[in-house]
Amino acid sequence: MTARPATSGAARFALIALAIGFLALFLLLPLVAVFAEALAKGFGAYAAAIAEPDALAAIRLTLLVAAIAVPLNIVFGIAAAWAIAKFDFPGKTVLTSFIDLPFSVSPVVAGLIYVLLFGAHGWFGPWLRVHDIQIIFAVPGIVLATVFVTFPFVARELIPLMSEQGRDDEEAALSLGASGFQTFWRVTLPNIRWGLLYGVLLCNARAMGEFGAVSVVSGHLRGQTNTMPLHVEILYNEYNFVAAFAVASLLALLALVTLILKSIVEWRFDYQRGGAGH
Amino acid sequence: MATRAPGRPLHGPDPATPDRSVGAASVIPGFGLTMGLTIAWLSLIVLIPLSSIFLRAAGMGWADFVAAGFSPRAIAAYKVSFGTALIAALVNALFGLLTAWVLVRYDFPGRRIVGALVDLPFALPAAVAGIALTAIYAGNGWVGQYLEPLGFKVAYTPVGITVALIFIGLPFVVRSVEPVLADLSAEVEEAALSLGARPWQVFARVILPAILPALLTGFALAFARGVGEYGSVIFIAGNMPFTSEIAPLLIVTQLEQYDYAAATAIAAVMLIASFALLLAINLVQAWSRRRVDG
Repeated sequence: MTARPATSGAARFALIALAIGFLALFLLLPLVAVFAEALAKGFGAYAAAIAEPDALAAIRLTLLVAAIAVPLNIVFGIAAAWAIAKFDFPGKTVLTSFIDLPFSVSPVVAGLIYVLLFGAHGWFGPWLRVHDIQIIFAVPGIVLATVFVTFPFVARELIPLMSEQGRDDEEAALSLGASGFQTFWRVTLPNIRWGLLYGVLLCNARAMGEFGAVSVVSGHLRGQTNTMPLHVEILYNEYNFVAAFAVASLLALLALVTLILKSIVEWRFDYQRGGAGH
Repeated sequence: MATRAPGRPLHGPDPATPDRSVGAASVIPGFGLTMGLTIAWLSLIVLIPLSSIFLRAAGMGWADFVAAGFSPRAIAAYKVSFGTALIAALVNALFGLLTAWVLVRYDFPGRRIVGALVDLPFALPAAVAGIALTAIYAGNGWVGQYLEPLGFKVAYTPVGITVALIFIGLPFVVRSVEPVLADLSAEVEEAALSLGARPWQVFARVILPAILPALLTGFALAFARGVGEYGSVIFIAGNMPFTSEIAPLLIVTQLEQYDYAAATAIAAVMLIASFALLLAINLVQAWSRRRVDG
């Protein structure tokens, strides 16, 4: 930080106090409340709520959905960033805006579009029924909705990063006789690893925590199509607050781990850029 | 300082890199494969499903579309969604700017932790935030029990919706403004001060104009997110039609009653609104790039 015109001590203190007060009230307090409410009836009730079969089924389903959706979006994100960052072609800006589109669509609308396509009254509904395939109110629909809402995360981290890095490293490797795949694996991937990890972290957090889109396509079948956030909702609406907050606390822990890893990645990333003479 | 966030605008190709060959003519392989994969995946997951809304809406006929998409209940829901999102985005513009300022300009114990905490709404699932905020602001909650005797009800009113949207939207403003604020050169401020400007004049005349595009972008991103938000809102909202029912909830309600036409019409109206916002954000960014380049 450079020498800047100093604000007076009192003003500086007031601004810092105001900012921290605001963040404590609006961000920290909800986080603390999750754990406080989860442990309100002691650790035994907390553990029992998490060990309950429907809760375990929800945890398994959430892990399964993330295990499918996140790798799909990693492959897509790398492919999109490679095409957009390493080549020039007309319509690049439009393509980039399209990739960002799921961020500006309400999660509920994201669920609705798949109901309109694959639901009982949807375009493919009759065909799916004849062939005995269920997408809506089943796991495939949950995966589709999750892929939609997490679609841009990896791509939008990698596109600016790879554009900034340019093509020189790859061209050098290729001219020295490396194959395309070797170039990607040995040159590009190490260059983008922190940005990739950052995108994957945010993608995973959203995949495991998505509520609105999944809620529309899930059908809320207990023990079958309930992800963790949906299970939290059901428990909460049954006034089973301790159990609701207990399952919610697992998601809050996931958020904390995500934030910690993200801070480490950011620190490494700045370090790497700083070391490169930035 | 390279602060990175999902809310960060995407920049086009770096103008400093010389323009090189188009597509397949480059020595770098894989254009056909990666481009094909990108377009196929984008079409299958995003573009074709999204177009189903408009095709369905177009098939309804204009009179039916207006009757369903602009029914009194739907209009009330739009007012709730857009009104609360607007207020929340304004609060976030103010406090997001303050937070970014404090994080960039001042060193204080715990600054790194505060910086990491700002991203909490990106990492904490919306439903978890929703039930936690409800527990805090309900009549018997940690904060609610002190507010309610004063006649100030938060949970189950539009005020509660606004509180949830403030939570969701804050990082968009902070992460948009922070990198721009960090890149401002100190010389201009020093020059202004040495010419006799008061600190608040420096802020209003030198700093604010420079960060205005970033602040507007953050504001618009927070607003757009707030309009469509569902998970964090429905627990604290009360969900009474005409007073505290948000538009996304109305879509879900219509869908649960198998009124696909009404759900589609409301979704189409919301999609058009969010595309308009997206366009506005892109225009602001194009304007700011022109200002920087020019």
